[in-house]
Amino acid sequence: MTRLTSFASPSRRGVLKGATAVGAAALVTPWGTPLRAQPVRGGTLRMGMAYGSTTDSFDPGTWENDFMIFQAHTRNNFLTEIAADGTLVPELAESWEASDDATEWTFTIRSGVEFHSGHILTAEDVIASINYHRGEDSTSAAAPIVADITDMRADGMNVIFTLANGNADFPFIMSDYHLPILPAREDGTIDPLTQDGCGPFRIVEFEFGVGASYARHEGYWKEGLPYFDALEQISIFDSAARQNALISGEVDYIDTADLNTVHLLEQAPGVNVLSITGTQHYGFPMDTRAAPFDDVNIRLALKYGINRQQLVDTILNGYGSLGNDHPIGPGQRFFNTELEQREYDPERMQFHLREAGLESLDVDIHLADAAFAGALDAGVLFAESAAAGGINLNVVREPNDGYWSNVWMQQPFCGTYWGGRPTEDWMFATSYAEGVPWNETYWSHERFNELLVSARAELDESLRREQYFEMQQIVSDEGGIIIPMFAAYVGAYSDSLAHPDQIASNWRNDGHRLGERWWFAS
Amino acid sequence: MLGFLTGLFWVAVVVIAALAAGWVFRTAAIAVAPKKVAKALRTAPLTASFGMLMILVYIVVAIFAPLIAPFGETEVVSVRNAAWDDQFLLGTDNLGRDLLSRLIYAARNTVGIAFVTTALAFIVGSVLGLLAATIGGWFDQIVSRAVDVLMAIPALIFVLLLLTIVGQSIINMILVIALIDSTRVYRLARAVAMNIVVMDYVEAARLRGEGLWRLITREILPNAMAPLVAEFGLRFCFVFLTISALSFLGLGIQPPLADWGQMVKEFSGLITFGIITPLLPAGCIALLTVSVNFVVDWQLHRASGLKE
Amino acid sequence: MSHILKMIAQRLALGLVTLFVVSLIIALGTELLPGDFAQERLGQSATPETVAALRAQLGLDQPFHIRYLTWLRDIVTSGDFGVSLANGNPVTEQISERLRYTLWLAFYAAAISVPLSLTLGILAALFRNSFFDRFANASALTSISFPEFFVAYILIFLLAGAGGVFPSMVNFRTDPTFSEYLYRAFLPAITLTLVVTAHMMRMTRAAIINLLASPYIEMARLKGIKPMRVVLRHALPNALAPIINVIALNLAYLITGVVVVEVVFVYPGLGQLMVDSVRVRDMPVVQGVALIFAAAYVLLNLTADVLATLSNPRLVHKR
Repeated sequence: MTRLTSFASPSRRGVLKGATAVGAAALVTPWGTPLRAQPVRGGTLRMGMAYGSTTDSFDPGTWENDFMIFQAHTRNNFLTEIAADGTLVPELAESWEASDDATEWTFTIRSGVEFHSGHILTAEDVIASINYHRGEDSTSAAAPIVADITDMRADGMNVIFTLANGNADFPFIMSDYHLPILPAREDGTIDPLTQDGCGPFRIVEFEFGVGASYARHEGYWKEGLPYFDALEQISIFDSAARQNALISGEVDYIDTADLNTVHLLEQAPGVNVLSITGTQHYGFPMDTRAAPFDDVNIRLALKYGINRQQLVDTILNGYGSLGNDHPIGPGQRFFNTELEQREYDPERMQFHLREAGLESLDVDIHLADAAFAGALDAGVLFAESAAAGGINLNVVREPNDGYWSNVWMQQPFCGTYWGGRPTEDWMFATSYAEGVPWNETYWSHERFNELLVSARAELDESLRREQYFEMQQIVSDEGGIIIPMFAAYVGAYSDSLAHPDQIASNWRNDGHRLGERWWFAS
Repeated sequence: MLGFLTGLFWVAVVVIAALAAGWVFRTAAIAVAPKKVAKALRTAPLTASFGMLMILVYIVVAIFAPLIAPFGETEVVSVRNAAWDDQFLLGTDNLGRDLLSRLIYAARNTVGIAFVTTALAFIVGSVLGLLAATIGGWFDQIVSRAVDVLMAIPALIFVLLLLTIVGQSIINMILVIALIDSTRVYRLARAVAMNIVVMDYVEAARLRGEGLWRLITREILPNAMAPLVAEFGLRFCFVFLTISALSFLGLGIQPPLADWGQMVKEFSGLITFGIITPLLPAGCIALLTVSVNFVVDWQLHRASGLKE
Repeated sequence: MSHILKMIAQRLALGLVTLFVVSLIIALGTELLPGDFAQERLGQSATPETVAALRAQLGLDQPFHIRYLTWLRDIVTSGDFGVSLANGNPVTEQISERLRYTLWLAFYAAAISVPLSLTLGILAALFRNSFFDRFANASALTSISFPEFFVAYILIFLLAGAGGVFPSMVNFRTDPTFSEYLYRAFLPAITLTLVVTAHMMRMTRAAIINLLASPYIEMARLKGIKPMRVVLRHALPNALAPIINVIALNLAYLITGVVVVEVVFVYPGLGQLMVDSVRVRDMPVVQGVALIFAAAYVLLNLTADVLATLSNPRLVHKR
């Protein structure tokens, strides 16, 4: 249940930095970060995963849950890769460069890359793979993010993309999990249901909603990788069953631990809990067009009515940090350090209610645990604390089934989560800019929209910082979403596993590349 | 081995204590009850007396929940998962609400919902079943075939489907579960009544020209009561289980209402680590189920006319 | 005997009608669920264009009755249950594998629970109102008043977990041998046994006790026949009909109602497939599984009725 990475994109500087990282990273190790201990090859990694459904498919346009997204990075490679430290590094593209207006991008494809089937990577494979998601009759979930591509052509091992609008962050898009590079057929298309790929592991057996097993791809181009001989993904939907499997040694790693019992899991012998805080955050969006949320005072009253510390301690069991009603995490470059942390304050609630001309207020909030784990409990705590300030919050339980199509962005007050985006611009442009499809609060702020465009092109870092600081301030004070907490990705693994010092925070499972980054400690 | 023996010892202690409580209750009840009731009570075995005592306790707890519970139903009073101590006798739940108070309030919600649902299912199911058996013909055919179809769809999945369609609320949940349950009751009621309508005394009543309603309430229902009551005992507890299974699959009761089935689900992960908290709500359900069925057994025994 | 054959034929015909109506209800129900396959599949990343394209590709833009009739026609004319909307695999192929596992588990649990509950029920009737009777009754009732997943967790805690004897999840990566299957599926089978035993045991006990007051039993007892013999030879044969009925109901439950146990033990059965398919509105798969479930129910009921009739000579030789 992870969201699509967006069609909006990170900053120009982010790309420049990514491009310099190309050279630097290639000098150290071609695949990313320095390693703590000398990794050992061998063993079969068995992973218990919280997701996976019998309705999954090999079609890359349909990938939406962590089981299939992990599969995507285990079986496949992409043009670009987000390294563990968050920078963009080359993968199947050795390098890339843009025209001055950033409408034409030339990617140089790595030569000699071997698919599991023995096929050798060509520029045509890249074109066919991306083409699959384009076109009017595309049924791919990635259709919007490649919509700007107007033309692609091959020139030897170069692929030249032409875009309708200049986009300095195009290489970031090419790391999206929907866009694996698959072998082209004679007619220049890919077979979307193929099990072939050029990633670190090849599929041995795959049963949707049950599990998958892989064996090492002996011809993998990243030298020495992967460390594991074989890998198994097992779909264990029930959280207690998943933890049992880890404790009893049936699996070596679980991607999601139950936050209610994680403190007990931590004490189990031979078990380590892995907690990665990044940009994932939970929130309660309000439809800023609908009464009473069209009044900024009501929104502020609600923002003061939530006890953030209590939510982090209770719902996240401490595995997370306080949110300040804007989506930028404390680890990010332009995180606004001057913004005062909003606290629970019933008196200010009443002040803002009076400003709005009200004594008390009754509102419904529509929640399901599909919004985020513990959303219903969070709603209950919110209702308890808001009552002290004169707002009667009524928690309406919605079914998990169909939550994202029937409740989210349909009900005026509900719950949401965001995996977050690697850059400020990407995040703001995805869900806060006026009129974008996922503007879940239907918010429109003139000054904010101006700043968004100017900051994207601003090369002076201090000016840029100022602009992003102001944008965070605006979202926090006038925006339509309450963001009480940033949640860590919490998984657990057995003592027998070892991992690099730095673990990626862009997704779960070490950026879903755990299969080629981890190893068994000897 | 030692652990097993200690376990056995405690089971024995609990059983003896329960029976003693039953005996005390029976003696007291016989003393205060009117003559006719007292006479019936004298035949009650100790298990049934214990059952009646427990049912009485549940009813009292349910009605006077706000007076008995030390804290409010939704009140956050402490840190999460606090240990058992003098103030919070059973500790707190995952949000920091007093567990004992939640259990007490849940008696009200859970038993209330289960009772209404079961009663509704029995009224609908047995009325249709008795009518079908008495009238027969096309009415019987239509209702029986419709029930066949409904029963051929797995209950839990059907409930899931219907609740997603009609939307989730306590009323909808009661109606949907009652609808599914009533098909089971219908089958039983019809089967039992079929055996009765062919009896001579029913035939005689028909010939006397008794109306349909009178025929059912006077002649058939009294004789069909025993198996229906026995079924009621089991159906009643199946409602808790359905709610619990629903919350396992992501539906269930509206928070922050306390409900045993839901609480079992919420705490169930703890049992993996040997923590007995989830046994408390599960124990509440089990105790009530056992109590109700002990009383039902006694009534069945009386109805069977078996002298021992 | 011809009377029975006629009954079987009649019931089978009725069963077909039942299946048809079930398919109609399921189709209507799935249709009434908010959202359709295209929306659910694309989820948060849906745009109007991709939803429309996906609908057109899968024929979901057709009106409901056309889709239903096409589906029905394919089954009637060529026995073709269609392909899954989600991954394009034939529905029959997807179901057959899981049906096998579902049936195995049902048989496994039944092989333990039916003899167990009959024995316990007969013993309880024989020693009615004794300590044994009460104790068996109370434990059986306690075990059914715990939700299935909770029984499963307790069993996992006691028998699997760290240093446990049995695996906490089934996880067939390859086709298991028979003994391996018995070992790996032991905990789910025991969980289900605990869930269904009480019902069958209580019915056995009640059905026998119900007969013990009848004059012919009284007669047998007065003749000095031992209680065990009275129960087994005189009461039990006449109590078979209701017992068979409740066994059939429970067997149907073991096949159709075990989704929760499947989830806890990661068992690849039909229930999980059904729930997943309902979630994304994958109509052909939902229909296929629903029909299997309905057919299992109809056939088991029929078998129960035939057996009940056979167990009663008066019904066999009726006219």
